[in-house]
Amino acid sequence: MSSRPGLPGSSAEDRPFTRAMRADGRPATLDDYVAAGGYEGLRRAVAELKPPEVTSLVTESGLRGRGGAGYSTGRKWSTMPLGPDAPRPKYIVCNADEMEPGSFKDRFLMERNPHLLLEGMLLAGFATEADEGYVFLRAQYDASYAALQGAIGEARERGYLGEDILGSGFSFDIELHTSIGRYICGEASAMLNALESQRPNPRARPPHMTGAGLFSRPTVVNNVESYMAVPAIVRHGVDWWKGLSITDEGGTKIFGVAGRVANPGCFELPMGVPMRELIEVHAGGMLPGYALRAVSPGGASTSLVGAHEIDVPLGFATMGEVHSRLGTGTLVILDDQTCPVGMTLNMMQFFAQESCGWCTPCREGLQWMAALLEDIEYGRGRPGDLEVLAEGTWFMESDKCFCDLAPGATQPLESALRLFPEEFARHIADGGCPYRRHSSDAPAAEAPAAEAPVLEGTT
Amino acid sequence: MSFSDEEIRQLDAIIGHYPDRRAAAATAMRVVQARRRWLSDDALADLGEYLGVTVAELDGIATFGNMVFRKPVGRHIVLVCDSFACWSLGYAELRAAVEAELGVGMGQTTEDGRFTLLPIVCLGACDRGPAMMVDDHLHGPVAPDQVAEILGGYS
Ligand SMILES: Cc1cc2nc3c(=O)[nH]c(=O)nc-3n(C[C@H](O)[C@H](O)[C@H](O)COP(=O)(O)O)c2cc1C
Ligand code: SF4
Repeated sequence: MSSRPGLPGSSAEDRPFTRAMRADGRPATLDDYVAAGGYEGLRRAVAELKPPEVTSLVTESGLRGRGGAGYSTGRKWSTMPLGPDAPRPKYIVCNADEMEPGSFKDRFLMERNPHLLLEGMLLAGFATEADEGYVFLRAQYDASYAALQGAIGEARERGYLGEDILGSGFSFDIELHTSIGRYICGEASAMLNALESQRPNPRARPPHMTGAGLFSRPTVVNNVESYMAVPAIVRHGVDWWKGLSITDEGGTKIFGVAGRVANPGCFELPMGVPMRELIEVHAGGMLPGYALRAVSPGGASTSLVGAHEIDVPLGFATMGEVHSRLGTGTLVILDDQTCPVGMTLNMMQFFAQESCGWCTPCREGLQWMAALLEDIEYGRGRPGDLEVLAEGTWFMESDKCFCDLAPGATQPLESALRLFPEEFARHIADGGCPYRRHSSDAPAAEAPAAEAPVLEGTT
Repeated sequence: MSFSDEEIRQLDAIIGHYPDRRAAAATAMRVVQARRRWLSDDALADLGEYLGVTVAELDGIATFGNMVFRKPVGRHIVLVCDSFACWSLGYAELRAAVEAELGVGMGQTTEDGRFTLLPIVCLGACDRGPAMMVDDHLHGPVAPDQVAEILGGYS
């Protein structure tokens, strides 16, 4: 496959997410975007296709949500009510909250290619006969906000956004909304409450959002990257999209690698690229002096993958074979000099802090688990603690909690207990952490890591 | 009501982006905070009156979000990312350097009112960790010995 995206000799057309990006790192302008084939998908849709035909293309492409859960994008759209009797206005909401630790692709995409998001949301709006779009941005994404604001201005001026788009009779506009900041606002139904200025606890389902979502109107919520996949599917067709991937899931995806590798960053590669290739070829492999011990494959709520499992192809189906999920597809590498117990503690403290407090297992349980992990890390662990932790993961399964935050929180813990039982046991037996780099948030005065010399490769 | 003409103009502009005044509350808080840096009880009461929302409802949102400030903060907000990615790349050293440079701990404001230091969950910059933000500028990766120079750029 010499034309595989990401390899020498592949054509720009085979990189639909990054094709229009500028080499200087600034946001692609409307002219940059159009020169790279931008807005051709929208032109095709309004000129040649009926709304349900756009949804059919997206369904047939096999596109699955890229915010973590992997639900079929086209199938979601197909549940929106159409026709003159449908409730109005209908909404297209873009989930650009990206607050899950270890997720770093949407910022890259929005800062560099804002028009692609606008075109994707426009196509979603056309396909579902929606009226209005909102991009829900996390509080710290000022650069993404600025890039999108610039793009919206350009698009309105040139007739791609607003009334009677490209003279087609289709009207749609997009507003930006900045979050007041909290991880739970990324959960789709909590996001709708946040957009309405309600307290952002998740909502009960049913009703489904496509029936009664934002302001009780039919609403589609998708991730940034999910919308961004659509323009090329509409422009080049389903067969082309399917031909891009190594596995049969179709398309390319933005993958990322962070940690002690030579070349950390985001990479557009075919769906199904082996995790090993992503790390060793595209991210340049581990820095000298460090070995890979495990990988968090797609955000803190995905199970860790052990070093012996990294030949797995990165895809929705294949990641199940290593007891994990694709999640957001941005890898964070645990190296051999970083404590797996300390890292798990850091993640659990995050989830405990970000619990919205609505239901008991999550509100109370995560605090307990974090406290137990802290005891183990700081030498107060007792025999039996590991059994209590394992039991705790059972208490937070999805049938016992109101949303997916708590079940997600248990995944790194469950996998760390499975992959590193001897590390946990050693912390308990030896009365604390044997690593220098271990204290996630001890006060500075007490933090031994603060005095430790900076390890090779930190600068 | 204590809003200036400019604040009223900005509030009216954002209210137009939502179907009703109530739904604009979260953004309205951000607009007022952007000008005053934090939301006093009086500011919240005025906002409630202007939007037709109770103060309790506004505070329900304000206290939920970690970027709405109900106490005075410094001229610049410093956020140090504490995600597991930055943690494994040197968060402890970076945090210690920032605290030493500012002479305050997490959640505190420098005596001269220049900086407030806050923890922040993952900044979405894992490939640039350890990362920090000062106001709307992302910095990363930041070595401890670069902290003084970065903070020196904010008066
Ligand atoms: C606690 C929590 C946080 C979430 N945060 C995000 C997020 O920041 N971005 C995102 O796209 N999806 C997030 N999700 C998933 C959304 O609920 C939803 O599945 C997604 O936005 C749907 O879009 P997609 O199908 O295109 O992936 C989160 C879910 C949970 C439970
Ligand atoms: S699982 Fe946690 S975050 Fe989700 S509703 Fe319950 S308390 Fe809130």
